[in-house]
Amino acid sequence: MKKKFKLTKKVFSFPYILFLILFVIVPLVLILVNAFLDSDKNLTLNNFKTFFSSPASSIVLGNSLLVGVITTVLCLVIGYPVAYILSKMSSGKILVLLYVLPMFINFLIRTLATKAIFIALNVELGMGTVLFGMVYNYLPFMIMPLHTTISGIDKSYIEAAQDLGADKVTVFLKTTLPLSVSGILSGVTMVFIPTISTFAISQLLSNGKIFLFGDSIQLSFEQNLYGVGSIMSLVMLAFVLVSNFVMNKFNRNNDAVRRSLW
Amino acid sequence: MVQKTQNDIIIELRNVFKTYDGKHAVNNASLAIKRGEFVTLLGPSGCGKTTTLRMIAGFEMPTSGKIIFDGKDITDVPPHLRPVNTVFQKYALFPHLNVFNNIAFGLKLKVIPNGTKVNRKGETVQLFRKYTKAEITEKVNNALKMVDLEDYGHRNVSSLSGGQQQRVAIARALVNEPQVLLLDEPLGALDLKMRKDMQLELMDMHKRLGITFIYVTHDQEEALTMSDKIVVMRMGEIQQIATPEKIYDEPANAFVADFIGESTILSGVMLEDFKVEFCDTVFECVDKGFKKNEPIDVIIRPEDLKIKAANDPMSLMQATVLSSVFKGDHYQITLIANENELVAHDTENYEVGETVGVYIKPFDLHIMHKTRLINEIDTYITGENLVEICGTDFECVTDLAEGTPVKVQVDFDDVEITDDEDDGMISATVVSSIYKGSYYQAILSTDDHYNFFADTDYEWLKGDRVGIRIAPEKILISTRDENEKPVERVVVDETLTEEEEKAIELSRNIEPEKFDSEAYEQEEYAQNSDEEGDK
Repeated sequence: MKKKFKLTKKVFSFPYILFLILFVIVPLVLILVNAFLDSDKNLTLNNFKTFFSSPASSIVLGNSLLVGVITTVLCLVIGYPVAYILSKMSSGKILVLLYVLPMFINFLIRTLATKAIFIALNVELGMGTVLFGMVYNYLPFMIMPLHTTISGIDKSYIEAAQDLGADKVTVFLKTTLPLSVSGILSGVTMVFIPTISTFAISQLLSNGKIFLFGDSIQLSFEQNLYGVGSIMSLVMLAFVLVSNFVMNKFNRNNDAVRRSLW
Repeated sequence: MVQKTQNDIIIELRNVFKTYDGKHAVNNASLAIKRGEFVTLLGPSGCGKTTTLRMIAGFEMPTSGKIIFDGKDITDVPPHLRPVNTVFQKYALFPHLNVFNNIAFGLKLKVIPNGTKVNRKGETVQLFRKYTKAEITEKVNNALKMVDLEDYGHRNVSSLSGGQQQRVAIARALVNEPQVLLLDEPLGALDLKMRKDMQLELMDMHKRLGITFIYVTHDQEEALTMSDKIVVMRMGEIQQIATPEKIYDEPANAFVADFIGESTILSGVMLEDFKVEFCDTVFECVDKGFKKNEPIDVIIRPEDLKIKAANDPMSLMQATVLSSVFKGDHYQITLIANENELVAHDTENYEVGETVGVYIKPFDLHIMHKTRLINEIDTYITGENLVEICGTDFECVTDLAEGTPVKVQVDFDDVEITDDEDDGMISATVVSSIYKGSYYQAILSTDDHYNFFADTDYEWLKGDRVGIRIAPEKILISTRDENEKPVERVVVDETLTEEEEKAIELSRNIEPEKFDSEAYEQEEYAQNSDEEGDK
């Protein structure tokens, strides 16, 4: 007897599973396989040797991490006050949209425009301009989760703290800040992971002077060095997984307050 | 012991108003609370009781009026400097801290005086310090012991049951040794059994600590059980301030009677002193001082209405049994007497349709002035035969010119309520609907916050949107003097003696000093050391 096809809830997940297999699992496997192949498709470990023995690659990796950390810190320092103030305003929800609005424009166009402005202003392209571009691009990813978390904090906690004798600063440090940790962690994850893997922004805004990990991956593939490129991608993946793990660990300690967009 | 101030009033509200978008959430509240009293603010939701409490705590600023703490004006003092602590409705325990740290929160912030020192200029300077870790631990552990949660210090607050969270919230407030504890419907989220237990515990705590409790609730039974003094509020206005017994036995008006316990409320006429007529029968009563033939409300508690045999010489009028419901320890019997419904509690059952006699002791007839006899609005003539009522022009019969200031009167019977909001001239929300034996008296709040009283045959659901219509010939118009000021109603605190009342009245003329937080801390310290000395 033939089994009759039934339209259950499960069926609706099939397209996505198919998509996941085609565009996530298969590419990952391909990267993994490529890492062990040389340009003539022979099995080899040379790629690893090339990558790990060259000091240039570790410098690039270090640079990327540094840029990632600085960008994340800057985004947090700029984004937190913005998110905090917006969450106190009645029209905050609409104003947050304004912060997200620049993302409607393609990031390459935005970056090229930024570059044009810097050149017009006679600003020398380098680390400073790269960091500016990074913060500019990723700030909304910090503000959004922070705003969601902070505006979700029950007002009664703030009142309870005031009632127990906390002035404005203490209320912030002892209630608002600890209660928004989950938002901070989401924001940090949302900014740090894309920044360490980004390319183009660094190339464009430093005239190719500053070379980040994302750029070198791109370069390897352009030069047909699929093996080395694959290894770099795997290293990147490892970093992403590690930072995600660390963030989750932090968040678990804040069990009770896990309430955020992501 | 704390130094006794005049009259020993710890908190006083003087003509406090709170207005949100033109609507009075709290309307001219004046209230004096004595040191050590258990005061309950009681009323239905939206009556302004929580707003009043929040103004005492400092979370809301009064639109006008003064809040006085221990003789000092604290109206503008921010909440963190006020010597009061609050137990919040949903506890508001910090989810990121464990039980111990939740309770220690206030102690860690507190600064206490630490002796004095003479500085180089020869001035004596007050030194301050924070509590040490050991002191905090001891205080928190004592607080935990007080609420029977000794081994729960390390627990996460989210792992506690509702009742336990409630205890932690109380401990967190009390550990700071406030002089006044504010409780905002603290038992609302607990089940009935738990609530009864916590009621007793709170009363016990109040007795042991001797501090002032200000308690907000909508549960009349809770209020009657726990309080020394009940403040009944409705629509932002204080209706009555009295002891629980007095509130129950001598409600100030039909609203209080209806809200506190079951009762029959009837419209009647005061014929002369000690003589009242209702249900087409003349009764003897103990009230006097009413105007001759003044329309009044009569309140009869069901347990005071005695059912007799129809031919019993004691019975004052005859009635027919409409229904009889068994309620465990009594029957609730509804009677019809001369087209008025009366409710009685009796241990005996009566047959439906049976004719019985009714007897009420003169002492058990509670006679009250009517809150309002007629709807009265100050307004202007807006055109030929047009008068403005609540923002809408109504047709009326008048020969007064446009722009004349007038007083409009509409009888309760002439306010027509329409089920569909759009059918009315103006729309309103039903605030209440009280059964008066043979009809319902509904109170309708219009969108510009005027309250219409209307007598209708139907019960209107509280909160419903309805329309109001008034026939042109039913709108009574008389000219008014624009300079005339309406008389403000003052609710007298019935728990105060005459002397105390006078003292409060006198002190109202004195501008209180501004509150000084440092001075308060010193006083508090002195109090602590005294207590230690007592042990």
